[in-house]
Amino acid sequence: MFRFLLGKLLYLVPTFLGITIIAFSFVRVLPGDPVLLMAGERGITPERHAELSAQLGFDKPVWAQYFDFLGRLMQGDFGNSIVTKKPVLAEFLTLFPATVELGLVAILIATLVGVPVGVLAAIKRGSWFDQISMTGALVGFSMPIFWWGLLLIIFFSGILQWTPVSGRISLLYFFPQVTGFMLIDSLLSGQKGAFLSAAQHLILPAVVLATIPLAVIARQTRSAMLEVMGEDYVRTAKAKGMPTRRVVGVHALRNAMIPVITTIGLQIGVLMAGAILTETIFSWPGIGKWMIDSISRRDYPVVQSGLLLIAALVMVVNLLVDLTYGLINPRIRHK
Amino acid sequence: MTAAPAPQGVTAEPVVRLSDAAIRRRMLADFWFHFRQNRGAVIGLVVFVLMVLAAVFAPLLAPHDPTQQFRDALLAPPIWQEGGKPGFLLGTDAVGRDMLSRLIYGAQYSLFIGVVVVAIALIGGIIIGLLAGFFGGWVDAVIMRVMDVVLAFPSLLLALVLVAVLGPGLTNAMIAIAIVYQPHFARLTRAAVMGEKAREYVTAAKMAGAGPLRLMFKTILPNCLAPLIVQATLSFSSAVLDSAALGFLGMGAQPPASEWGTMLAEAREFILRAWWVVTFPGLAILISVLAINLMGDGLRDALDPKLKRS
Repeated sequence: MFRFLLGKLLYLVPTFLGITIIAFSFVRVLPGDPVLLMAGERGITPERHAELSAQLGFDKPVWAQYFDFLGRLMQGDFGNSIVTKKPVLAEFLTLFPATVELGLVAILIATLVGVPVGVLAAIKRGSWFDQISMTGALVGFSMPIFWWGLLLIIFFSGILQWTPVSGRISLLYFFPQVTGFMLIDSLLSGQKGAFLSAAQHLILPAVVLATIPLAVIARQTRSAMLEVMGEDYVRTAKAKGMPTRRVVGVHALRNAMIPVITTIGLQIGVLMAGAILTETIFSWPGIGKWMIDSISRRDYPVVQSGLLLIAALVMVVNLLVDLTYGLINPRIRHK
Repeated sequence: MTAAPAPQGVTAEPVVRLSDAAIRRRMLADFWFHFRQNRGAVIGLVVFVLMVLAAVFAPLLAPHDPTQQFRDALLAPPIWQEGGKPGFLLGTDAVGRDMLSRLIYGAQYSLFIGVVVVAIALIGGIIIGLLAGFFGGWVDAVIMRVMDVVLAFPSLLLALVLVAVLGPGLTNAMIAIAIVYQPHFARLTRAAVMGEKAREYVTAAKMAGAGPLRLMFKTILPNCLAPLIVQATLSFSSAVLDSAALGFLGMGAQPPASEWGTMLAEAREFILRAWWVVTFPGLAILISVLAINLMGDGLRDALDPKLKRS
């Protein structure tokens, strides 16, 4: 297991360096003066320009600049935002829990609905349930989620007035951040109605973000189940007279889950892309909206480091998924 | 799938000597036979063909010019709703442009984007994948590490940042999306090439004196096309979705273009007042993406039995 882990980690090093090179080159290929781009100052004197250039290291050769950049990253220095002047890493860490909360609830919805639907569709193959759910899955898979979010707002916020249009919680409630997860913090605060308000704010964005992963998980579960149901051990279990529930639940489902867990893990990248759109529509204060706002405000230090942090994060999550896969499937580990 | 070099079994029987063209016809007939079995795929194909026709004949079909502003009919609802104005079947937008005409012209954008993105990504991916798979060794290692790096970024985010570098606009959005999709084609091509490289027909061609270029493009590539065609269809629908998303975020086609995502972005502020300006462009995106995905499912089943879903 240790060698497996080490091999995976070593494999990530070149990818990570590649990510840093892309993030590093980003500012240099932008049209315009990189000093002005990174410092965000307009109409400055030549002296100030030279001073900033030296301060940001643009007077050195490119390779030296890259190693400086890498060195600063290793020390946790991701630069400062032009707009807020705060360190990028601090901003990232403040906004990150909001995105994690949204993403976790979304993947939870997708899994809790997608897996049972896929299993049922496989067991009742060819039935109306199978046909309707798989058509639904294809529609979900093809969904432009930014439009889907707007439709849900029209219906639930506009017509029914059940849910708020934006934000994480009603302004009536105020309590200290403990975990950064609004659902948990609102419970800890003990204020009446705070949890309900947080849940009402969360539900629509989470459903929107869950849509595509849900469709993918349902389809994948169905095909994995169908494959496993044809195996000898399932036939043997059936032949022994075992009740269907046990055959499906114990023999088939456990084996079918292996590819499904990989699929769930692979949705992390999809979720991150989806979070950009979902957070924009619902004004959800997470890193997706932060990136979009920074791009439109030309806050390039934030875009550069945000891109790097998100890619590194996706990479680490993919590694964790790989490891889980190794844990549940010994055949992979020993290969 | 076209021009497969000497399929086994055909030349072995002296009675059935078919010309290349005849073999191709048979393969096409065989393909159509399998494709037709999938009802969803046929529906998808029909919708897609209708979309192509709408795009091609947009100037004839659209009742109005897509950019003409009717100042006396701002935010007119669809014709069946109270207050609907005759002549505007699906209503008008905030500056009085006919929704139906804009939607019809929008099909041109989506198809154009899909074709361009897939063409760039496919050609780039095939060349890179062929090089990696054919030469192996350090060439392969370097190329694949670079592809890993591109794949490490969430696709929409990387496309957004690329557009930020290149400047917002339709052309740059297409280039950005193509760059992001390209590694998928490179990986598929590489895997297929590695599988085919050791086959006898390749060795035979090599013995006959074929150079590396001929081996790559003429001998091996035609036998790797099935998974690439399937991936191309899937990428086509993703390209329509992602370019609409970029348009929606203000980084794709710029107003007053009648690109569906851009239309949605403009409609956002009227979301609670005029449902039609939000509903129809999104519905158009959904229907076209769904049709292409249905077609893709059918293509996969017909072209590549190994990839068959169930």
